[in-house]
Amino acid sequence: MIEFQLNGQAVTSESEDDTPLLWVIRDELKLKGTKFGCGIAMCGVCTVHVDGVAMRSCITPVSVAAGKSITTIEGLESAAGKALMKAWVDEQVPQCGYCQPGQIMQAANLLANTPNPTDEEITTAMNGVLCRCMAYPRIRKAIKAAASGGEA
Amino acid sequence: MAMRARDIDTKITRRSFLATSAGAGLVMGLGVVLPGCSREQAVDEMAADGASLSFSPAVWFEVDGNGKVLVNIAKAEMGQHVGTALARIVADELGANWDDVSIDHVDSDPKWGYMVTGGSWSVFTSFTMLSQAGAAGRTILRDAGAALLGASPDDATVENGMVSANGESVSFAEIVRRGDISRTFSDEELGAMPVKAPSERTLIGKPTQALDVPAKSGGDAQYGIDAELDGMVFAHPLIPPTRYGSTIRSIDDTAAKDIRGYIQTLALEDPSEVLQGWAVVIAENYPAAMKAARAVEVDWEAGPTAAVSEADLIAEGQRLVTDKTTGVLAVDDGDVGAAQENAADTHTATYTTSTALHFTLEPANALVEFRDGKCHIHSGNQWQSLILPTLATALQMEETDIVIHQYYLGGGFGRRLWGDPMIPAALAAKELGRPVKLVFQRADDSRFDCCRSASVAQFDASFDADGNLTGIEHALAAGWPTLAMAPGFMPDAVDGNGKYDPFATNGADHWYTLANHRVRSINNDLAQRTFLPGWLRAVGPGWITWGVESFMDELANKAGQDPIDFRLAMLDAAGKNAGAAPNSVGGAKRLAAVLEDVRERSGWGRELPDNEGMGVAVTYGQERNMPTWIACVAHVAVDPGSGKVTARKIWQTIDCGTVVHPDGAMAQAEGATLWGVSLALHEGASFANGEVSQRNLDAYTPLRMADVPELDIRFVESTEFPTGLGEPPLIAVPPAIGNAVFAATGNRVRDLPIRL
Repeated sequence: MIEFQLNGQAVTSESEDDTPLLWVIRDELKLKGTKFGCGIAMCGVCTVHVDGVAMRSCITPVSVAAGKSITTIEGLESAAGKALMKAWVDEQVPQCGYCQPGQIMQAANLLANTPNPTDEEITTAMNGVLCRCMAYPRIRKAIKAAASGGEA
Repeated sequence: MAMRARDIDTKITRRSFLATSAGAGLVMGLGVVLPGCSREQAVDEMAADGASLSFSPAVWFEVDGNGKVLVNIAKAEMGQHVGTALARIVADELGANWDDVSIDHVDSDPKWGYMVTGGSWSVFTSFTMLSQAGAAGRTILRDAGAALLGASPDDATVENGMVSANGESVSFAEIVRRGDISRTFSDEELGAMPVKAPSERTLIGKPTQALDVPAKSGGDAQYGIDAELDGMVFAHPLIPPTRYGSTIRSIDDTAAKDIRGYIQTLALEDPSEVLQGWAVVIAENYPAAMKAARAVEVDWEAGPTAAVSEADLIAEGQRLVTDKTTGVLAVDDGDVGAAQENAADTHTATYTTSTALHFTLEPANALVEFRDGKCHIHSGNQWQSLILPTLATALQMEETDIVIHQYYLGGGFGRRLWGDPMIPAALAAKELGRPVKLVFQRADDSRFDCCRSASVAQFDASFDADGNLTGIEHALAAGWPTLAMAPGFMPDAVDGNGKYDPFATNGADHWYTLANHRVRSINNDLAQRTFLPGWLRAVGPGWITWGVESFMDELANKAGQDPIDFRLAMLDAAGKNAGAAPNSVGGAKRLAAVLEDVRERSGWGRELPDNEGMGVAVTYGQERNMPTWIACVAHVAVDPGSGKVTARKIWQTIDCGTVVHPDGAMAQAEGATLWGVSLALHEGASFANGEVSQRNLDAYTPLRMADVPELDIRFVESTEFPTGLGEPPLIAVPPAIGNAVFAATGNRVRDLPIRL
């Protein structure tokens, strides 16, 4: 039995220690916003925050979450997170939308550390999150909009 | 008789339009009049059962007593914001207030008619029908509203959900509550229904936000993989070593029995024979299913193609294109044989493309439940009408007892045109007597993909003594998706020697005027036996245009002419290339126009630094009957040391006629353009031992943010009939990049993806 905070709520998982955190979040704790894509941490659609740090939940055992604070797209309530979700709509970023929770969680981590990222910093931070629809130009634009929105 | 986009359109429009006051609402059905159901019966049914809105003719849209307009969308939402575009067409003609409009993606009830989302057809095939339906609705509301206002309908106007006359207005809500809104239109009346002139439109072509974007920006959008049912178990596929002909000798699940949550392993017998040699691991949860799938040992007798490699597929394609006795003729204009016999000079080149994957980020999945004699399937799907008969065979039940519930698709790109992942879930659910949720892991999704076939094309050009091009013979060989999955869509060859796959031939019947032009389309039978060839975004034109437009560049170079001037000379709209109303008004002249525009905007012909170059290509989109006119210029840089090609900037000028949802159209064009870059430079798979080798992102490497070139995309303002858009902007990009590489380096690249 593993206890941790999920979006500010105390939760308990009955899953075995080596169960990927992704499936605990999706199927045991029923938050479906975090997605399954590649299973090898190379697409980034499963990205969540573990104590504020973006991690790929598909390869993170649930045991790693013990005693920690996990944030998913459903609980992303930071100023930067809210600015990103607004910018995602303003810039009409999503196409199929499947990767977008992961994109937003990764971008929120970027803005938490780098409130006004350069193009290069955006590329470095976001390159690990695949968008199969290739909405990359709008992802970049929305991150910039959210960053300047937060500044103003 | 082949079915093409226009035939689907015709099928759909063979309906009658029905409107009635039912319960508290006005419902408007463009119903398929089902066999055994007369129009009168349909009207009665609507009136009787209108309150639940579950009458048999399709309700395409309805206006309730609060003036809210619900538009039912029978097309799959996979990133194209299709519901927004279709609802805008209805709402514009209806005179609705857009703020009152919502959409619903419907299940596979037969009342919706033929259900397919592909071919970039959605707006093209729906535009007339939905425009007329909206106009019919406006007529009803106008007449009923005018009556309430004591005015003549001729004096009434309809705008923003209000009918106005003589300085007074009444809302749709009030008309629905108080007005006389029962009416039936015949096919003829509906077909003659006047629609707005383009200048009167209030929504079509105007900026708006897509209705699906907010849910997709906050983690709320529901994809098939998110569906759950009480009491469900999880299934994990155990996929045989070949797509066809594998059999299971034995299954040993001893090692899986210690895994908590493991239930059993089922070998599947599939009467439809889509699955051959399949088993599924069943577990209480998905992590247990994944673990057990690793622990279960299956001993397969592999099918006959277990040794086939990518090189074998290409070699077979090369054999076929050089053997003139193979294939059938899709184009045979003039006399290519005579042109070749009389040629003073010839030029020949062979182009190839390698296997490519769909790699939808949402892996294949399906949740299936048998309940009250019906089979309920929860899975995002693009072509319900194609998989339903196969499901009926697999499950030995009536097609009408199978319901596919639609979800958002986490990428479609043609993969979900074939709903084969539903079959193992359904067979397992049937056997176990409880709901089964099947989810593929990524590597299995790639192994079971209906990938884009490897292809080979040979071009033979002939010239007269003055160096003028006198003819082109084009032979092309690939696996044929339509032969495998929808043979009824295959047209007769022009030489009467059989049928061919139009979706593996489109792109070859281009709009250049050539006195002598022959296209021989050939099925690569080895590909066909080894894997299931699929429709990948842009389909035939997506690989065929690679050769056509690269070879045009070769010919321009041989002629010593500028590649754009060379093309423009052949885009004269003569003869069969003149175009016809309504789909291709202007013909090849519109292709010439976008080419001239992109030449101007890209600064074509300017000096560039060493190892950089610009290349051009054009496309007419997915099919001649639905031309989307696009010209592309690519600017690339080639690293002289590593040979790495970097796309610097891509210009595209696009004429797809009327653009319904401009920002959605731009998003599709951006994504499709980058798909073109990705297929040219980043993506490519290969077969080894009968299977795709590159199964996950460690080996299959689509374009990422760091690889994005600058994009400059322009739509031509037009009020011509809307054509397709989701795929066409992909097509010209790879050859434009290849031609730019030639301009930069002098190296002619003939194999896709480009590897220098």
